[in-house]
Amino acid sequence: MRAVITVVGKDRVGILAKVSSICAACNANVNDVTQSVMQDMFAMIMMVDISRISCDFKEIQVKMNQLGEEMGLQIHVMHEDIFNSMHRI
Amino acid sequence: MINTNDILETIRMIQDENLDIRTITMGISLLDCCDSDIHKSCDKIYEKITRRAQKLVQTGEDIAAEYGIPIINKRISVTPIAMVLAVSGGDPVEYAKTLERASRAVGVNFIGGYSALVHKGFAAGDRALIESIPEALAVTDHVCSSVNIGSTKSGINMDAVRLMGRQVVEAARLTADRQCIGAAKLVVFCNAPEDNPFMAGAFHGPGEPDCVINVGVSGPGVVRAALKKAGDCDLTEVANIIKRTAFKITRMGQLVGTEASRRLDVPFGIVDLSLAPTPEIGDSVAYILEAMGLEKCGAHGTTAALALLNDAVKKGGVMASSHVGGLSGAFIPVTEDAGMIAASRCGALRIEKLEAMTAVCSVGLDMIVVPGDTPPEVISAIIADEAAIGMVNSKTTAVRLIPAIGKKEGEELDFGGLLGFGPVMALNPNSPARFIARGGRIPAPLQSLKN
Repeated sequence: MRAVITVVGKDRVGILAKVSSICAACNANVNDVTQSVMQDMFAMIMMVDISRISCDFKEIQVKMNQLGEEMGLQIHVMHEDIFNSMHRI
Repeated sequence: MINTNDILETIRMIQDENLDIRTITMGISLLDCCDSDIHKSCDKIYEKITRRAQKLVQTGEDIAAEYGIPIINKRISVTPIAMVLAVSGGDPVEYAKTLERASRAVGVNFIGGYSALVHKGFAAGDRALIESIPEALAVTDHVCSSVNIGSTKSGINMDAVRLMGRQVVEAARLTADRQCIGAAKLVVFCNAPEDNPFMAGAFHGPGEPDCVINVGVSGPGVVRAALKKAGDCDLTEVANIIKRTAFKITRMGQLVGTEASRRLDVPFGIVDLSLAPTPEIGDSVAYILEAMGLEKCGAHGTTAALALLNDAVKKGGVMASSHVGGLSGAFIPVTEDAGMIAASRCGALRIEKLEAMTAVCSVGLDMIVVPGDTPPEVISAIIADEAAIGMVNSKTTAVRLIPAIGKKEGEELDFGGLLGFGPVMALNPNSPARFIARGGRIPAPLQSLKN
């Protein structure tokens, strides 16, 4: 089971580090990362394996939301099936 | 890996364009709760609903959180209560109170099925239930009621039509101190579907399984945004854009429906391919029609634009779901749609145009505020007109009018929340009283003889 983490907001130091450290703390393995910075805007999409996570899926969402608020970013953690079902036949 | 643009598109649809699952509705059969003692019957109903739907709200919230897609309503539909009443007799309002208690216990937004199916005539329980509707809606908050008064197969029961005109006015009168909300929870149908997840017309038809999950999707904002982005393309391209968007919206409904059905261990019924608006700016069906190039919804051309929209929504959606049902199509509830409210306020949208629009979209004259002194026979005549459109075109039509007691044209009612707000709309002042007083049945049209 995999989740997609998306981070959008103003670029600053340590975004990737902080998001991945939450993943690591929850034992969510990062499979893939794409990120781009256009002008000042930072956009990152991270695919993480959540099949062996050490906490509740909701807890990761809560932690990411907190981080998003602290850093002024929009962070979404969503099950990958929503994207698969919408965009793949 | 999933395409980055696809991921961002989904997030934009949810965050900026009000994409959501409008409702997960659990249909529950009450046929095994019938008892000749009304108290026993009520106890069994309460037990069955609270047992079956115990985890409905929590499951909906879990799915919403996990997939990141808002699920606005969790609802229940039940077997038409007139059928249960036929066995037990007694005061039908007892059933309304039981449904209210059960809905509060499980935390759903609405419970539908305080209903009777009388398209060919009244059976035991039907008349008593219909007589009790205004009171039942006044003493409860979550109970919704519907009555099917006609069908393509059976014609229109004009005795029931006459009765319903009175009941609509009475439902409004008994709740005059609460914005006449009673009438907003009452729908009069022709060709009512048995698996509709949307309120106020949801009930669990007698042909349905014991328990089932039906899903209604929504996404007018997404369609409108896609059309705006496309700019000045021709109408073939407009239809294609709507189809593509409807496909994506419906896939999401299918995912949520199958997931809910798996978690609740209840069979998955249907996805209702709907474009259901809300009063939020940007979540409006009228604005889609305006994005197609109409100055205001209600202008000449509105019916054609709506026909295109409705058809494209179905074509896109039907490929995305294993089972399609319910009402399926674009909704045009006036007070629930920011664009319709604006169009009716400025006089661009009138009831005659809305009636024409109902011939090509999914439901009927929905959430229209009419003058409080409208005679019951005028309401009956509107119901008859609408039922005739449904009967002849083999489609569902419905009427949900709210007589604004004590208010006149130009004044407004405000229901709050998803039910929205809107101005009192003018009606034709000429009387249909003698036509309605005749009663009887309008025979089924030739279209009904398909065998």
